[in-house]
Amino acid sequence: MKLLTHNMLTSHVKGVTKATEVKVTDVDFNSEFVSRMIPKIEWSVLVEAADTLGHLNDLPRDLPPDYESSEDFLRKVHHVLLEVEVLEGNLKCPESGREFPITKGVPNMLLNEDEV
Amino acid sequence: MSFSCRRPEHKAPPEVYYNEEEARKYTQNSRMIEIQSQMSERAVELLSLPENQSCFLLDIGCGSGLSGDYLSEEGHYWVGLDISTAMLDVALEREVEGDLVLADMGHGVPFRAGTFDGCISISALQWLCNADKKSHSPPKRLYRFFSTLYSSLARGSRAVFQIYPENSDQLELITSQAMKAGFTGGMVVDYPNSAKAKKFFLCLFVGVSGALPKGLGSESVEKGVAHQAMFTGERTRFKNLKGKSLKKSKDWILEKKERRRRQGREVRADTKYTGRQRKARF
Ligand SMILES: C[S@@+](CC[C@H](N)C(=O)[O-])C[C@H]1O[C@@H](n2cnc3c(N)ncnc32)[C@H](O)[C@@H]1O
Repeated sequence: MKLLTHNMLTSHVKGVTKATEVKVTDVDFNSEFVSRMIPKIEWSVLVEAADTLGHLNDLPRDLPPDYESSEDFLRKVHHVLLEVEVLEGNLKCPESGREFPITKGVPNMLLNEDEV
Repeated sequence: MSFSCRRPEHKAPPEVYYNEEEARKYTQNSRMIEIQSQMSERAVELLSLPENQSCFLLDIGCGSGLSGDYLSEEGHYWVGLDISTAMLDVALEREVEGDLVLADMGHGVPFRAGTFDGCISISALQWLCNADKKSHSPPKRLYRFFSTLYSSLARGSRAVFQIYPENSDQLELITSQAMKAGFTGGMVVDYPNSAKAKKFFLCLFVGVSGALPKGLGSESVEKGVAHQAMFTGERTRFKNLKGKSLKKSKDWILEKKERRRRQGREVRADTKYTGRQRKARF
């Protein structure tokens, strides 16, 4: 699971990421796509997730205002959003404590009928 | 029940039907692979995404990722959602570029508002019309799916579902739940006159998104054979919301009169004045 996907999950399942296995893959850099995604992203959640995984990649705590013009910055965001993947780990709902396991990179979001 | 045994949905729940053996076919059966790719191509065409832009798309019932491969080829990023681990395992084996999520679409789409620029789904939606567990209610599952999907899509975007509807009741059930959830749009039928090539694409719009496209091979359609059905409307104002008409509207009055007639009561005949607003008189 990429951190872009993680960031876009609804908050009750997003929770804290605990990862026991992380992989980094090469993905072609597309500056237009990255700048278009940034406004949709919860920045603080991205920074926290990247930090937990040990891939903060110098991302600043606050989103710089003129990010679109800095290719260097967009490349860093690209790396964190699309190249860092959680292979094995857990998502934990901060409110209910419910855990969603991630196996082989796939988060299991199946719910029991009484959770719907 | 023997008549229904040709439809996979009637055989077993999707997470059981799509086992390893069935999933294998998606890597080995070249006809199946070709059909999946062709339908994905058409679905993407119907999405009418902005040109030369990489989009963030959702693939519902992504399975082995054949449909996703087409999205990648077109330069898009995607997330695929599927209920079958066997199918997702095939996608992993094939090293698809999209991100995969194991989930039941009937439980809703677990993504934040406005996440995706569009959604496609190939031969998956009809599975929601079946109750596989005692607690399953198909209308409720469809509604939950469509309302959460609606929210997860960016304004002005579309969702295109290639489906194999069982009958017209099922189509009606699907479209009515989609409308209740706020979508507009309708059904595009490609090659409506060919029993073999005929394909149904449910095209749903989030907010304003232009006119419904024409079905392929439908130019020579005889009169009366619809190749597309249209429904439009605003988010909440539907005449038949929950099957009831707005109170005091013409339909409401006509329905009420009809009910009384059935009860054997004396009711005035319907005329063009029935339910009309009277002029204010002083
Ligand atoms: C015909 S296959 C689609 C194949 C896919 N487009 C591909 O490229 O491999 C239909 C898929 O829908 C999935 N499906 C059926 N019901 C589902 C549900 N309730 N939630 C999520 N996926 C479901 C099945 O597991 C199956 O993988």
